[in-house]
Amino acid sequence: MGRMSFVGRRLLQLIPVAFGVTFIVFFMVHLIPGDPAASILGIHATPRAVAILHHEWGLNRPLLSQYWLFLDRLLHGNLGYSLYYGQSTSSLVLSHLPPTLWLIVYAGVLSVLISVPLAMIAASRQDGVRDHVVRAVPLVGLGMPSFWLAFLLILVFAIKVQAFPVSGYGSGFFGHLRSMFLPSLTAALALSPVVIRSLRASMLTVLGAEYITTARSKGVPGHRLFLRHVLRNAVIPAVTVLGINIGFLIGTTVIIEEVFAIPGVGQLMINSIFQRDFPVVQGVTLVFAVMVVLLNLLADMAYAALDPRVRFDR
Amino acid sequence: MSTVSLPAGTGPVPGAPAAPARAQRRAARRWYRQPALMAGIIITGLIIIAAAAAPLLTSYNPIAQNLNASLAGPSAHHLLGTDQLGRDTWTRLLYGLRVDLRIAFIAVLFPFVLGTILGSLAGYFGGWVDVVVMRLVDTVVAFPFYVLVIALVFVLGPGERSIYIAITVVGWVSYARIVRGEILVAKRQDYVLAAQAGGLSSARIMGRHLLPNVISQAFIYGMSDIVQDILAIVTLGYFGLGVPPPTADLGSMINDGQNFLSTHWQLTTIPGLAVIVVGLGLSLIGDGLADLLRTGSA
Repeated sequence: MGRMSFVGRRLLQLIPVAFGVTFIVFFMVHLIPGDPAASILGIHATPRAVAILHHEWGLNRPLLSQYWLFLDRLLHGNLGYSLYYGQSTSSLVLSHLPPTLWLIVYAGVLSVLISVPLAMIAASRQDGVRDHVVRAVPLVGLGMPSFWLAFLLILVFAIKVQAFPVSGYGSGFFGHLRSMFLPSLTAALALSPVVIRSLRASMLTVLGAEYITTARSKGVPGHRLFLRHVLRNAVIPAVTVLGINIGFLIGTTVIIEEVFAIPGVGQLMINSIFQRDFPVVQGVTLVFAVMVVLLNLLADMAYAALDPRVRFDR
Repeated sequence: MSTVSLPAGTGPVPGAPAAPARAQRRAARRWYRQPALMAGIIITGLIIIAAAAAPLLTSYNPIAQNLNASLAGPSAHHLLGTDQLGRDTWTRLLYGLRVDLRIAFIAVLFPFVLGTILGSLAGYFGGWVDVVVMRLVDTVVAFPFYVLVIALVFVLGPGERSIYIAITVVGWVSYARIVRGEILVAKRQDYVLAAQAGGLSSARIMGRHLLPNVISQAFIYGMSDIVQDILAIVTLGYFGLGVPPPTADLGSMINDGQNFLSTHWQLTTIPGLAVIVVGLGLSLIGDGLADLLRTGSA
């Protein structure tokens, strides 16, 4: 079983998911109470406008044929038109994408920088004081609203100590790096409890392995043992854990972008909700799902590339 | 637990029913010695009591405005001060907890039941049932949690009913995965094979024999799921998609307070701290129960 067929099998699994995801997003219009066209248009719901929307979405056709119409449009790259911005949803999403990708990558990097050392500290002496302190982090962290944490960080690092801007995306690479630090830190701190938990567990498993006992009996000093043997083998689970939680991370960015006024896809979604701009909300929801699926696939492929054992899997 | 089947008539079988029962009794005697579990029960209990007894713990009305006393600091009259409309923060905190906890505890039931049923069917029958359920799971997990919850509540219209529907649609998948995994292991055990050989119906085997043995993992997950649901409710409240105003809700309290962050930071921080404490209590209960089950079945 080679790597290519592993990737091929993963791609095959995506087919039913693609149909499922598009169906859920398509079906959202039918969850709107009352006549969807009239509700969406709100005060602009003249009989003519309602009739046009009915025709455009094929609302008077059978459900499956409506879905087919939806898929056909999608395949032509048509995510619908914004009622508020007067632009296509796809061009709106594209122009809002860079800040979101910045946030995801930056937060991913920061969460590794936070979680790996803490997990190492905890795992280096199981059930010691350090371990208990680190294990208390998820207990507090899991119940913390991310937007609340954002306010706390703004209060301390942007208002009291004016080290970082309160909001915005900044300009230029270093401008982004500085402006996006607090938002990314918020997302990373929200994600860390989960990552620390899984990493600590996988490091403990590695520490129990026979090659560690061998290394110990050869007299390899503690720090070297950790850096050369444990960390290396714990990086692979770290990638996997990040991959599994990518959906959580992306969901958090929606909230964080709104708090820090970052012009990303998440803020586009929340603003469109306030404008009752249904086609954009629908399109953005689909884009987020596609993002999760692709990043998961990427994490799986990274896993296959990092761990030679995947080849012999199954 | 032993999976070796002994031939009949070779003495007392070290069978499945006796061992877990003894372990359960042992665990039941010992639960109060688990510090995490005890701490969790005390924290959660105190908060639930405080929320339930809100009318006794404060003499103010959570939605009564008093513009003469807006943005007051903590005092004997107003323990935690007042907000921009002169509403008592301590009162709104208690009533907000009451609303959010009630919704969260109700909301967690639907995905628990739905996920457990679908997960058991998938795990027990396998085949096309399993394929259909697991592809549904794959589809739902493709959406980021908050994105789907926010989008669903948006299309359904803000309010309690929409929150229940959204949380159910998104939340059942974790229970289905957990229960399916447990059933896949449990259905190979002797007591299930014996029940099948005895000609019991599938429904009876699942309901009476399998579920009681696999439900504890789903229950433990439920504890952390309530925490996630509370966060979702508070987040929806923050975006104005939760319980409609002027009803007190921790999320809308944080939203109201954010405009006064630099001058009256307590308006933002206090409701958030309350959410964290609730989360801490429930997480401790979940962890404690997990420890209890691990040592109990060892």
